[in-house]
Amino acid sequence: MTEPTSAPGKGNPLKRAVPAGRSARAAAGFAAAALALFALAPLALSDFRLGLLAKYLCTAMVAVGICLAWGRGGLLTLGQGVFFGLGGYAMAMHLKIADAGPGNLPDFMQLYGTATELPWWWRPFANPLFTIAATVLLPMAVAAVLGSFVFRRRVRGAYFAILSQALAAALAIWLIGQQATTGGTNGLTDIRGFFGYDLDDPVNQRMVYFVIAAALLLLVALARQLIHSRYGELLVAVRDSEERVRFLGYDPANVKLVAYVVAAGMAGLAGALFVPAVGIISPAMIGIVPSIEFVIGAAVGGRASLAGAVLGAIGVAWARTALSEEFPGAWTYFQGLLFIVALAFLPGGLASLAGVVKRRRTARPTGEPAPALPLGEAA
Amino acid sequence: MSSGSSGSSGSSDFRGSGGSRSSGAFRYSRRKVVAGAAALAAVVALSACGAKTDEAGGSSDKAAKADTSGGTVRVGLLNSLSGTMAISEVTVRDSLKLAIDEINASGGVLDKQIRPISEDGASDWPTFAEKASKLIKEDRVAATFGCWTSASRKAVKPVFEKNKSLLFYPVQYEGLEESPYIFYTGATTNQQIVPALDYLKSQGRKRIYLVGSDYVFPRTANKIIKAYAKANGMKVLGEDYAPLGSTEFSTISNKVKASRADAVFNTLNGDSNVAFFKEYKSAGLTAKSMPVVSVSIAEEEVKSIGSQYLAGQLTAWNYYQTTEGDANERFVKAYKDKYGQDKPTSDPMEAAYTSVYLWKAMVEKAGSFDPEKVRAASDGITFEAPEGRVTVDGASQHIHKTARIGRIGTDGLIEQVWDSGEAIKPDPYLKGYPWASGLS
Repeated sequence: MTEPTSAPGKGNPLKRAVPAGRSARAAAGFAAAALALFALAPLALSDFRLGLLAKYLCTAMVAVGICLAWGRGGLLTLGQGVFFGLGGYAMAMHLKIADAGPGNLPDFMQLYGTATELPWWWRPFANPLFTIAATVLLPMAVAAVLGSFVFRRRVRGAYFAILSQALAAALAIWLIGQQATTGGTNGLTDIRGFFGYDLDDPVNQRMVYFVIAAALLLLVALARQLIHSRYGELLVAVRDSEERVRFLGYDPANVKLVAYVVAAGMAGLAGALFVPAVGIISPAMIGIVPSIEFVIGAAVGGRASLAGAVLGAIGVAWARTALSEEFPGAWTYFQGLLFIVALAFLPGGLASLAGVVKRRRTARPTGEPAPALPLGEAA
Repeated sequence: MSSGSSGSSGSSDFRGSGGSRSSGAFRYSRRKVVAGAAALAAVVALSACGAKTDEAGGSSDKAAKADTSGGTVRVGLLNSLSGTMAISEVTVRDSLKLAIDEINASGGVLDKQIRPISEDGASDWPTFAEKASKLIKEDRVAATFGCWTSASRKAVKPVFEKNKSLLFYPVQYEGLEESPYIFYTGATTNQQIVPALDYLKSQGRKRIYLVGSDYVFPRTANKIIKAYAKANGMKVLGEDYAPLGSTEFSTISNKVKASRADAVFNTLNGDSNVAFFKEYKSAGLTAKSMPVVSVSIAEEEVKSIGSQYLAGQLTAWNYYQTTEGDANERFVKAYKDKYGQDKPTSDPMEAAYTSVYLWKAMVEKAGSFDPEKVRAASDGITFEAPEGRVTVDGASQHIHKTARIGRIGTDGLIEQVWDSGEAIKPDPYLKGYPWASGLS
């Protein structure tokens, strides 16, 4: 998709002929993914490993957003931890309030705080419906406010990346400082129930896994729909030549804003579902390092390809677990090596491997190789 | 693990959210696929249903049983081997391995050799929770030893409680906690902070300044210190926190200097101490004019900070490398022989070493590796530890420990200047101290 396949016109944005072969292939891939997630994985994996897979799928949900914003829109978002954290803290706080029961404060507030009642800004999170809406809408609102300032002022490239990263650092530091109301460095831990279901029960843990798997498939479908709509082409056009798009009469700021806001909503949902799966959310999941790790997964897999970004995120998270179990003392070196090798030899990520091989073998003109962007022109 | 009554409503909840939302999002040729996926999800979801939180008895017999078949028994070592905490936690891991090797050489526990399985917590709290879960469920360990920061302990606490497995936690901490599945072999506040305050008071140093890293332990410790000061006629002149890892201390040391306090109570952790003590010295403050009592600086940290900045300052612990006694001489020699003559031993390392022997004694008294039986057998277990005789208090699962104030020497070792005379009974909630009644 380095160049738009059709000239931008003023037709219905969602009606565009998708080649039949590609659609069928996507449907087959989707069916295979659903089969793997809903049938094979629960049968093949122990409860513990399935719980880990649930955690990986949450990072994959963030990667779907990164694929959209960075891979397609050229926005190097090094601050997805912020939106992940907003969703996660919103959900975790609701579950803590529910665990404590009506009239009681969550345990950490009793331990570290002096207040006798919830601070006003936590109070709405006692309501489950408000919480569910907030996990997605709150990150989107924050992204919308921030994005509209940033994109209107034409902040882009490295400046945008630094800004988004500074935001992640700021939120993590703020959370650490507010120990009495946010749990400080400990974060929110010891979450026992999920909307009335006992999280100690392995059956309910399995249910959480299914919810996460369904949510991931939903987000992938949503992102695919966006990518293959006329908006998706406009987004790529903005990434590749913002000025030209502006001359054609579009406002690139709005185009970028939509991708950024959607990616934020996806990260928020991922954070919210991470909480029941893992049972903890803490500033360690929000700051600069985790924000970069989200991006690394997508980069290794192939940021411009949905399948690449998702599988990359899952693969990197899995490798992290596998390597650290096998080599507890030296695994970080292997992980670093993996990134360097993957990105040095395949700047478009592993998803571009098939395209590279295919191009070497035959010169097929109508294939759809994933774009192999050099890292330098990331934004 | 199910309960028939709530079953159908539960599964439909989950199925509803997954299925209906996704069918709205797909169109065209993907409709069939989605229908198939939704049907699959529904089948799996219907096949089982879980317990609700308000149902009693749901969590019994879910615990992963430790695998003690064969000639070995597995135990988990959960320490940060990478990340900011690695420098401290690797020494604890080494110390645990030393104890395990010694026990194996002398015949093991209940005629079984101990097989340690080491996992890296990576200084990251969710990773600690993941690895704890792995040790219990996949490796089926009989007990786990490790964790350092309070945040990592808080992250793994629910994991050990849910799975009814034991954790031995070897580091001094902020108290206000008692988990039935954790044994705390480091000091709680009444065995470290309170005696340190008693010492300062006895020296006539009643105007103190608090400096700490911004996280749970310093904030909770300072809450306790302020309550103590209020009740004992001491005055807290100021309280400052620096982010973990911060190296900017010129403002804080100037504030400390301007306060003209009698002493500083320091709960800074890690690298920050290097910068703090350098600034402290260059502000013209000395151990004589305004001593600093530190509760997180042990021999290992003295080595990395540099004894020229620390000489003469005070520390509060329960053990020093110089602590007298045969048990400590043996421990220090064995550690140096195994890991190198230049390696110091410190309080958390000693508490970790002791924790393995305490577990062994509990298991042998219980005649079983079963956590419930081990817990039941724990009360009154004693061990001639390097720090002196320690006794397990079965009710709180903490241990009786002797408090020791030390002065850092120019050689990097710490000389004891005061001790509590006898082992102090652990009191994590400070129930025996009227001034602490408002703390928890």
